[in-house]
Amino acid sequence: MSGITRLPRLPRLPRLPLLLSLVFAALLGGCTQAPHAQREVLHFWAMGREGLVAARLVQGFEKLHPDIRVEVQQLPWTAAHAKLLTAYAGDTTPDVAQMGNTWIPEMAALRAIVPLDSYIAGSHIVTPSDYFPGIWTSNVIHGKAYGVPWYVDTRLIFYRKDILAAAGFDHAPTSWAGWERMLAAIKARAKPGDWAALLPLNEFEPLVSLALEQPGSFLRDGDQYGNFESPQFEAALRFYLGFFRNGYAPRLDDTQIASVPIEFARGHYAFYISGPWMIREFERQMPAAAWGDWATAPLPGPSGAASNSGIAGGASLVIFRNSRHKAAAWKLIEYLSRPAVQDEFHRLTGDLPPRRSTWARPDIASDPYAVAFRTQLEHARAVPKIAEYEQIVQEMQTIAARAAWGKLSVAQAAAEMNQRTNAILSERRWILRHGGLR
Amino acid sequence: MKRGGGALVGWMFVAPALIVIGVFFLLPVLAALGLSFTDFNIYALASLKNLRFVGIDNYIAVLRMGLFWKALGNTLYFVVVGVPLSIGAALGAALLVHSRLARWKSFFRVALFTPVVTNLIAVAVIWKYLFQERYGFVNYALSWFGIHPIDWLGNPHMSMPTIILFALWKNFGYSMIIVLAGLQAIPDELYEAARLDGASAWRQVRYITLPMLGPTLMTVGLLTMVGYFQLFAEPYVMTQGGPLQSTLSVLYLLYEQGFNWWNLGFASAIAFVLFVFTMIATWALMRFGRRKGWV
Repeated sequence: MSGITRLPRLPRLPRLPLLLSLVFAALLGGCTQAPHAQREVLHFWAMGREGLVAARLVQGFEKLHPDIRVEVQQLPWTAAHAKLLTAYAGDTTPDVAQMGNTWIPEMAALRAIVPLDSYIAGSHIVTPSDYFPGIWTSNVIHGKAYGVPWYVDTRLIFYRKDILAAAGFDHAPTSWAGWERMLAAIKARAKPGDWAALLPLNEFEPLVSLALEQPGSFLRDGDQYGNFESPQFEAALRFYLGFFRNGYAPRLDDTQIASVPIEFARGHYAFYISGPWMIREFERQMPAAAWGDWATAPLPGPSGAASNSGIAGGASLVIFRNSRHKAAAWKLIEYLSRPAVQDEFHRLTGDLPPRRSTWARPDIASDPYAVAFRTQLEHARAVPKIAEYEQIVQEMQTIAARAAWGKLSVAQAAAEMNQRTNAILSERRWILRHGGLR
Repeated sequence: MKRGGGALVGWMFVAPALIVIGVFFLLPVLAALGLSFTDFNIYALASLKNLRFVGIDNYIAVLRMGLFWKALGNTLYFVVVGVPLSIGAALGAALLVHSRLARWKSFFRVALFTPVVTNLIAVAVIWKYLFQERYGFVNYALSWFGIHPIDWLGNPHMSMPTIILFALWKNFGYSMIIVLAGLQAIPDELYEAARLDGASAWRQVRYITLPMLGPTLMTVGLLTMVGYFQLFAEPYVMTQGGPLQSTLSVLYLLYEQGFNWWNLGFASAIAFVLFVFTMIATWALMRFGRRKGWV
């Protein structure tokens, strides 16, 4: 009985808002189509909150180009990846879409999206040198740029200034060793049930961030094999596991935490690794009394501030191969890349702009919480650009979690990560040996 | 001629059902079986030139995958502990509701059946909050008795028992209704005769109720077991397979492989391996029932 009713119900859950938005979009389309039948219609897919805001941003674009109408469709993040793949399989891709940077290699491998180099070369608005280098290269595959960064994120530390001060530290840590001293001091003073840091064991981003601060990559030979047994990765893994083995951080999945900002405000944790979206969450959910107590800082580096790095994440704008309106699509990307439009986008969403000239505008330059991101974005690195990336880091994290629970040593965990990764990449090796995808 | 025409009419009557079963059940199953012998994945989606026939490689890979055995172990844990508890709870509740001494019978019937008609996702989310370590009501209630907070869903040893408890609460009402129908079908004369012979209440249950209920319990047991083998939504909502994969079920692994990573060939192989294990368990239960004369 339960088996019959249980399974089909679940996949439907994320689809409902999608369906509603489809119906809504269809209705809207029906209303406005008649008077503007001769206008060129651009289909633009955007996810989550950005999708809501995009509908407002494109109004300015439509004023500038009265002959183009943009139809924005909002996708929920949870369903977006499956929706894009299904759209590709069913030949119903849009003209332009927002796309998580780590999905771009996959979509490029599918030949679903087109390189934008010729457009970029002829543009006086999209100038690659103005973008943070790690972010820009995360879209460059085999020397071709497949996306223009729309907003960026990188994970760094959120910390409680007052807890650090009480433990005798007046500044954020800059090196791993310094960080460890603070963690030990805070844990020693903490009440039972309180911790020095929170690193949810089901999130791979903290470990990937630490690994990117080390030279080299955790994949090798053209991303065909795992490189987790390298001394550099093992050092990052050892430091990461130290959080749990020394009792600085609880062994928790984030499904077990009701609200990070509230727990943070109550002083249950002094350090937390997260991205820019958390700034707004902290402001929204934290009691007003705790507002002055927290700050952001670049992720400490293995050997000090000079070795700081992190994940070059975020989302970019791409054009689909099947689009018959590529020129108009590029005009939209150019419009959304203007510093003034990006500034407004930042005001509406809190998302961080990918280009330095936007950061120079007064609004964002004076935001105290954003400054640390600005610093780290200069050093952030792209993650391996292969379709299997997410699967690999998820597997990496489940193995790391077992090590955090004391089931595996550092060397055993690294060996198992290599073994799993090599199995996942066997298909990729076969494809590359047989002439690759293109 | 007449006979042939009759057969044709018969076929026409069953045709809609057969077509629906064929298109929406048989065909997908056959397609999945075919898929399980290929390496269909994201690259094959790009170009079918990247699709390879791999024979039984996927099946070998499934059986060699440590995580699959972990998931199968978790699923069996859920089935072996959950099914008897569900049946026991259903039987107990049915006996209580059926009892001559019970008042407000229909109220209790409805109350005990209510969890079945609730939305699984919604109640799973509520249970997640109830069993939260720091703020959950369950730990708060336990603190009245001086019991220290238990990390119900965050401790790898407690997560599966908590999920079993949830599934039990959610599902036993359904079995209870079937058992109740079985109880009502037992002729009163049997109990009257037993009472005349001086049989105690327990002996009446032991020698009349349980043997007469055998076929009903068998049906309920089979349905529950097959359902429990397909454990998915509870861990999906409450723990996402964690902590430490302690609530990762076979179906959850299949979902991850198939829909997160798009390894459809491999995921199809997992489906058929799960099917084989479910068949074996069903066969064993049927054999047991046949020996008892319940089937």
